[in-house]
Amino acid sequence: MSDTEKRDRGLLRVGVDECKGCGLCMDACPPKVIGMSERLNHYGYRTATYAGKGCTGCGICFMVCPEPGALTVYKLAKVPMVAAGTGVTGVS
Amino acid sequence: MSNEMIPDYEVAHGKSKAFYERYERKGELHHQTHYCPGCGHGNVSKMLARAIDELGIQDRTILINPVGCSVFGYYYFDVGNIQAAHGRAPAVATAVKRSRPDSVVVAYQGDGDLAAIGSGEILHAANRGENITVIFVNNGIYSMTGGQVAPTTLLGMKSLTTPQGRSVANEGYPLHVSELLATLEAPVLIERVGLGDAKQIVQATRAIKRAVENQVRGLGFSLIEVLSPCPTIWKMSALDAQHWVRDVMEKTFPLGVFCDRTKEAHPRLQPAPAPALAELPRILGVADDDLPEGHPYPGKRAEEVDLHVRVAGFGGQGVLLLGEVLAEAGLDAGLEVSWLPSYGPEMRSGTSNCHVRLSTKTIDSPLVVLPDVLVAMNEPSLRKFDDSVRPGGWVIYNGDTFPEDCKRKDVNVLALPFTDIAHELGDARVGNMVMLGALLEIANALPQTSIDAALGRLVKNPKWVALDERALERGRALLKESLLEV
Repeated sequence: MSDTEKRDRGLLRVGVDECKGCGLCMDACPPKVIGMSERLNHYGYRTATYAGKGCTGCGICFMVCPEPGALTVYKLAKVPMVAAGTGVTGVS
Repeated sequence: MSNEMIPDYEVAHGKSKAFYERYERKGELHHQTHYCPGCGHGNVSKMLARAIDELGIQDRTILINPVGCSVFGYYYFDVGNIQAAHGRAPAVATAVKRSRPDSVVVAYQGDGDLAAIGSGEILHAANRGENITVIFVNNGIYSMTGGQVAPTTLLGMKSLTTPQGRSVANEGYPLHVSELLATLEAPVLIERVGLGDAKQIVQATRAIKRAVENQVRGLGFSLIEVLSPCPTIWKMSALDAQHWVRDVMEKTFPLGVFCDRTKEAHPRLQPAPAPALAELPRILGVADDDLPEGHPYPGKRAEEVDLHVRVAGFGGQGVLLLGEVLAEAGLDAGLEVSWLPSYGPEMRSGTSNCHVRLSTKTIDSPLVVLPDVLVAMNEPSLRKFDDSVRPGGWVIYNGDTFPEDCKRKDVNVLALPFTDIAHELGDARVGNMVMLGALLEIANALPQTSIDAALGRLVKNPKWVALDERALERGRALLKESLLEV
């Protein structure tokens, strides 16, 4: 990953075992980057899926989601952990 | 899902620390709540958990869980948890908060719980301004039990028990809890929020945090009513239910702040802590040192006492005091005693009576069904209880002549105008003591020292004590005279 590559401000992870597929996040997401899976999860629900790019990290999907642990919204760290020129990605 | 780490990114919104990582409930449902898809309870729980996180109060929060869908709060919230009886969360919260003033107590209730069976509890907790936080989740229906009409059901809304829709004529109007409580003087914050769209949800998050923060600051009672979707019972998709909150429900239950005294409220004075249990006897004056010494029962222990007495008359004749002196004297003499006043909703100076038992053995019941002695201070009392006297027992009757039709061959009678006799002694009001004198002479079970001690404890004015003693003496003498006459 090069330093010049523009990265999304946000990132979304969906807990497949927690999501019940109500669809509220899909509707609320401003950039419309959340869809619904074709596959059913372990409990028989379709689950929310992140399109993979376009998330702004606004957190609205998290606010409207009724399940405590189904969604986790990440934001690009303000101080990039990639040291310029080293090409080494930060260690979490 | 735990908040996993991703390089270069940090968690902006994730599962609150106030929730357990795993929910220890049945089967394999250890990582999701029991709420239906789209249920507002999940959102409200998240808001509360977030407020707990942000205020840093997880280790001193106590959640009072209700009866209803949200009963399982204790599976999810890693805080102190108590599950209250239906509707009683505010009462339980009051007790918890008062006994642990440093804790942060949150009563979480639904509309069936708070607005129906618990309407009394919430009203009085709010009116006392208890320093607690109440989260009132209103979805306008009894969801857990399958969708019966609730006090908050909208007009025209169909439910299991209003299949034609709620009508004013049959079920009345929807109850506006926030508006009602806002009329009280004590509450600090009463606000209604909704879960109808993202904007409303943000406002609800803010309101819930404020309500908890008010308590942390010690300001007093805060209640947040949350209009919340129930897609399952409303028979709607999650999205339709969410919008229904905003587009329909809000018309009946307008959102807004109904009362906000946060700015002018001062931290409430904490009520004085309750005294330690061990101190109670001294406070009540019944510590060992406070108790009178008593005068040992003079008879031999083999000599059993089992005296059943019924005293009856008009209010004001000293019915209850007569019984009390007798019981107190028995107590002083080391006997088991019971004194049971018995009166109903009665006009002033109506009839009253009491049951007294003295015994060397444990008393099984304070009721006197078959009296050994009946003290009847007037004719109605005599007529009422005459038949109940044990054969061989006594009737002491306040009247010149004993009514012919009340005469029984198997009981002894002492009928005298005790009120007049008392009047001659100095005051008609000591008639009860003259009658008690006769009774003591009949029972012959108590030492005079115990009777004096009882009078001393129950009658504060020494003048009256002296008069009562004369009256008792006169009563004893009258009984002895009557026995000589026979």
